[in-house]
Amino acid sequence: MATKEMRTVYAETLVELAAADPRIVVLEADLMRATGTGPFKAAYPDRCFNAGVAEADMVGVAAGLSAEGKVPFAASFGCFASRRVFDQFFISCAYARLAVKLVGTEPGITAAYNGGTHMPFEDLGLMRMVPGLDIVEPSDPVSLAALVRALASRPGCAYLRLHRRAVEPRYREGETFAVGSAKLLREGRHLAIVALGAFMVGEALKAADLLAAAGIEASVIDALSLKPLDARLILAEARRTGAVLTAENHQIAGGLGSAVAELIAENGGAKLARVGVRDEFGEVGTEAYLAERFRLRAEDLAEAARALVA
Amino acid sequence: MSDAMKELRPEERADLEARAQEIRILTIDAIGYLGVGHIGGALSVVEVLTVLYERHLRHDPARPRWTDRDRLVLSKGHAGPALYSTLASRGFFPREWLHTLNRGGTRLPSHCDRNLTPGIDMTTGSLGQGLSAACGIALATRLDGIDCRVYAIIGDGESDEGQIWEAAMFASKHRLDRLIAFTDKNKLQLDGPTEEVMDLGRLEDKWSAFGWNTARVDGHDVAAIDRAIRDARTRGGPAMIILDTIKGKGAAFCEGAVNNHNLAFDYATATEAIAQLRRA
Repeated sequence: MATKEMRTVYAETLVELAAADPRIVVLEADLMRATGTGPFKAAYPDRCFNAGVAEADMVGVAAGLSAEGKVPFAASFGCFASRRVFDQFFISCAYARLAVKLVGTEPGITAAYNGGTHMPFEDLGLMRMVPGLDIVEPSDPVSLAALVRALASRPGCAYLRLHRRAVEPRYREGETFAVGSAKLLREGRHLAIVALGAFMVGEALKAADLLAAAGIEASVIDALSLKPLDARLILAEARRTGAVLTAENHQIAGGLGSAVAELIAENGGAKLARVGVRDEFGEVGTEAYLAERFRLRAEDLAEAARALVA
Repeated sequence: MSDAMKELRPEERADLEARAQEIRILTIDAIGYLGVGHIGGALSVVEVLTVLYERHLRHDPARPRWTDRDRLVLSKGHAGPALYSTLASRGFFPREWLHTLNRGGTRLPSHCDRNLTPGIDMTTGSLGQGLSAACGIALATRLDGIDCRVYAIIGDGESDEGQIWEAAMFASKHRLDRLIAFTDKNKLQLDGPTEEVMDLGRLEDKWSAFGWNTARVDGHDVAAIDRAIRDARTRGGPAMIILDTIKGKGAAFCEGAVNNHNLAFDYATATEAIAQLRRA
């Protein structure tokens, strides 16, 4: 697969799925142009519903569709798909044991020029509190296509954190993925970096290069699935290296850092440090500015790694 | 024309009234047996539930998830006990279940749960959400070519929720002509009279302005409800039938009382209220 906009892959995958699976329907709340689901609407106009700027209604309608056996993919910016509709998603979808796949786009600093109002640093934390929910954040076009397919075929609700923009493929076509499985991208002996999402996995790989130049060998795990978390792989790397560094485009509270900290605290075996946003709101700027501002760059990861293994 | 689409004959009307009385008695008994519950808003929807299940809502108690059934979303989920009494009287489950209301492990929780109770089509309880779900059910059944209607019951207090009006726009825009909804306008919400807590103003005009076919009837008059449903079925929807009701209707100890949203009362009180109903 070539470098592609992630949203293009999202829409193409849904179009492909819909051809074979009449249960697939798409919902939008006036962000169809942003999510890029226009091709789905063109292919299946009667299976694509726009609720207007009414995210709560969109999620409620998705619940009704799911109650009749449809598999709705409903999208909005991550800030709205989490904070704004949390109760609708929690009660009408998850508590009702339905199968609504909620998609939150523009994760963390990738909201960039939309600024602090639109910058979800807490969506994963909120979603982790929903019992039984699948939570995934694919890191490239190949993992995205595979995980959208996986979510469509799994029972239950899901939250897909979707990086919208172009990402270079990290995986070969045909690589297999499963909800709950992480991928070991690089193996090292001094520490394991566990990263989540297209942006952070990219920075983690760069950080591993920086560290290698200084004689520190880091494993890099692409977490892919926050819930269920791949405890087996993460604990194995934690025990082998003795040090784990988490990296997320999100608050360190509630998301990946918390999940891995809980895992290690309960199972032992490694020192831990977390890179992520530290109890702050988002703000406006370029992605590069924000990465520096919130200390999410490869350099920041390398610095945290050096302190961890020192 | 099916019988359900004809004007009620006097004996049919009397029969519906008797059945409504029985459902009201079961509801008071179930909540009274437990000792506390949402008595007011349950008793105000007894007649509409009776008319729906006896005359209009296509259902089969032996097949609660029958594909061709009509669907009902009780968006004001706290009125669950009235719907459970209706479902029990129709034979969806044994009447004895009504005495398990809200006990640990029950299949009849205070608010409707589609996974626990045969005949419940949607989980509700967080006010404002059920009308959107009804819209989704209407879309899905239309997509699947199922010839059914989707009914929804919302509360007047519930209509304070913004999502109700989001769903109102959605149903109109997506031409959900098989959707027939009711507002149980019992004029009381938890904190007091609706016009004091949050005045809904001219509710009929609001629904009409949102593009719905709108009617307003006495919500305790089975013939009037039946006529309004027949009219909505004929005209198509989305249709909103506003039911003028009395919160706590028929329970002498709390009818129309401001505090009857969620009320504690003992079984003797329930039994006396039931005896009064039987005497009337």
